[in-house]
Amino acid sequence: MMEAVNTGKTVELIIVRQDTENGQTREEKFSVPYRPGMNVISALMHIQKYPVTADGKQTTPVTWDMNCLEEVCGACSMVINGRPQQSCSALVDKLTQPIRLEPMKTFPVVRDLQVDRSRMFNALKKVKAWVPIDGTYDLGEGPRMPERKRQWAYELSKCMTCGVCMEACPNVSEKASFIGPAPLSQVRLFNTHPTGAMNKDERLAAIMGDGGLANCGNSQNCVAACPKGIPLTTSIAALNRAATVQMFKNFFGSDHMVD
Amino acid sequence: MSKDREFLWRRLHSLLGIIPVGLFLVFHLSLNFTAVGGEDAYNGATGMMELVPHALLLVMEWVIIYIPLMFHAFYGVYIAFTATNNTSRFSTFRNWAFRLQRMTGIFLVVFIAWHIFQTRIQKALGAEVNYDMMAEIVASPWMLGFYIVGILSATFHLANGIWGFLVSWGITQSPKSQQIATYVTMVIFAILSIVGVAAIVSFV
Repeated sequence: MMEAVNTGKTVELIIVRQDTENGQTREEKFSVPYRPGMNVISALMHIQKYPVTADGKQTTPVTWDMNCLEEVCGACSMVINGRPQQSCSALVDKLTQPIRLEPMKTFPVVRDLQVDRSRMFNALKKVKAWVPIDGTYDLGEGPRMPERKRQWAYELSKCMTCGVCMEACPNVSEKASFIGPAPLSQVRLFNTHPTGAMNKDERLAAIMGDGGLANCGNSQNCVAACPKGIPLTTSIAALNRAATVQMFKNFFGSDHMVD
Repeated sequence: MSKDREFLWRRLHSLLGIIPVGLFLVFHLSLNFTAVGGEDAYNGATGMMELVPHALLLVMEWVIIYIPLMFHAFYGVYIAFTATNNTSRFSTFRNWAFRLQRMTGIFLVVFIAWHIFQTRIQKALGAEVNYDMMAEIVASPWMLGFYIVGILSATFHLANGIWGFLVSWGITQSPKSQQIATYVTMVIFAILSIVGVAAIVSFV
């Protein structure tokens, strides 16, 4: 283990804590020795080793989720100084102190900074965010995807289900049923895929149900907050057009629901 | 509301805000604007409405105004109260427009209910709707202020509602087209506001 460089400086943190689901919240202040190049997670790791508040009181270690530490898994999202983002790529040098850490309250809080993002994964199941290729025999190769289409579709595939857009969205909350921006953009991704497009009406039907596409209020916070720069509002508008066409097909009756 | 009907209700809400409610607002403000030309011009223009047979006017009022307006208003209140505003954390123009759309909507429910009570219901009770009626109403500076805020709320709600309609129906998709739609709808807001406020102050 590399020993901490004694810089003589400290990092001040205020963490909103909660011991149980739906439990009481409280704020605790921490003072962590500063090291060059720190991120929020390294500060949290220090608190885990020395769970002592700034005024010297012994406390429990702070709980948070993390995995890849390189902003691709989406697990370590939290609200840092009011903005939802990944704590692994949130660099202490770029944050104003005291750094305020809060859980993304649009999700059920499990404990401290740890949230349950199940509603996002359930939404991905609901909208069938996959390409069905299973059959009783080899279906062979699928149709080719035009390269220029692949390039923009790749941007949509960067979604890591981190929940930042859900936290930023004013229409995603406990009191509303909206599935949120991330799963909607996945519908556009899989409806763009040439094999996925063979079931595009099923995905459109899913987002034309309760809590679906039409619940978007166009605040456009999602696209401003997305750490991967995914054009979420363009996806939503594109799906709105596809849903308008599908709506006419459904109502006036077509002998084929796909193309 | 039955299951899986939400999409239809929301799209209907979006459509009714433009047709007929939005069109009616433009017509209403244009008619009011004749007051700028003085008492006779206003009474002459509004007197045209009396030429329409009473029964037909009633049917038109309910079909074109009251029923669509009530659906848009009451469903809109539900939409407004399911939002969790966060302009303090995300203070972008669009997020403020989102919030203002809901705030003006709630205010308009109160304003329009009062406005209908003060004019249409009084007419049904025997009062005469003319220049003098409005002049009496806005003689009170409080009422004048209430009406100006009401008019500005309505023009913003319609202009921003047109922007939302263009997105919700998939007409403006690219960020660039949405940006241009923002400019166009804000010009609409400015023009309708000038027309509306010029009309109300000419009753003073």
